Amino acid sequence: MCTNISHSAAVSGSAQGGNGWFAVSGVYVSYDHPFHVPLEHSLNLDFVNDGAGLGARVSVELDRDSARALAERILGVLSEADAYEAAPAK
Amino acid sequence: MQTDAYQGMTAEITTVAGANGDLIHAYVARPLGPGPFPSIVLFHHMPGWDAWYFEATRTFAAQGYNAICPDLYCRVGHGTPEDVAVKVRAEVGIPDVQVVADAQGCIDYLKSLPTSNGKAGVFGTCSGGRHAYLAACQAKGVDAAIDLWGGGVVMEEKDLTAKRPVAPIDYTSALDCPLLGLFGEDDRSPTPAQVATHEEALKQHGKAYEFTMYPGAGHGFFYHIFPAAYRAEAAVDGWKKVWDFLGRHLGG
Repeated sequence: MCTNISHSAAVSGSAQGGNGWFAVSGVYVSYDHPFHVPLEHSLNLDFVNDGAGLGARVSVELDRDSARALAERILGVLSEADAYEAAPAK
Repeated sequence: MQTDAYQGMTAEITTVAGANGDLIHAYVARPLGPGPFPSIVLFHHMPGWDAWYFEATRTFAAQGYNAICPDLYCRVGHGTPEDVAVKVRAEVGIPDVQVVADAQGCIDYLKSLPTSNGKAGVFGTCSGGRHAYLAACQAKGVDAAIDLWGGGVVMEEKDLTAKRPVAPIDYTSALDCPLLGLFGEDDRSPTPAQVATHEEALKQHGKAYEFTMYPGAGHGFFYHIFPAAYRAEAAVDGWKKVWDFLGRHLGG
């Protein structure tokens, strides 16, 4: 919390951590000191399930360019997914 | 150190009464023997109550200090240090008033030991440096303070929160012990400009301080476990300054 840049989003899905799959209830999105990637600050994604203990967590640390590229790729895939879901069933 | 002289220490996790009488975990490392020994309270950094801080606590004990490192995140929960720190990061920190009360509990505990020489210092890096400065200004019984690259001593009004309602620099008039500050020129929190602002406040209030700004160093230059951050020359020089400073002010 050295940068105070930290937000969360409620999500629904699953993540696979060291102890297997678990239901994800939220994602913390922050820009702050990382634990592993060799940067002073990183874009951090923490997929968590608040009700399942602090160990229910899958974390990713990215540099800003990588995070932006990921965000754009996610939006691009979602556009394709929306089109796929909207197409009439054959 | 003399190769034919005895030295030993005890180091373990215990509990200490902190804010609101809460029993929080603390790692305590103490030299063996009757002393008397000066005391030091270590405030861990944002990444958590972790192996680096346990090692630092033992290092202080090896240098002849009764040392305690409280788990400032204890109330948030338990897991790996990263598990807990991620949760604290998501909640944007812990309350300053709680940190100061936890610090007071630790100072009082160490000074109550029969091996205490009656003097206590505070030490911290990163958010711990900010916490050490807060404790030096607001807790009772602090005889020396060490702030290593503590970001957030200088804060803009827009960054104040319910957990951090007052910028620590605004407490400077209440600082009544000498302060050692070590910083990196390439750090973004605190920036050299923020350190200069802090220094100006210390001068204005006539406080005793010793600041060093290391060229080529950023945030975390003592952390030998993070090669990207570690700056060997600055770290070796910095540790020498720490021991010299504490030796002069705590009698260690």
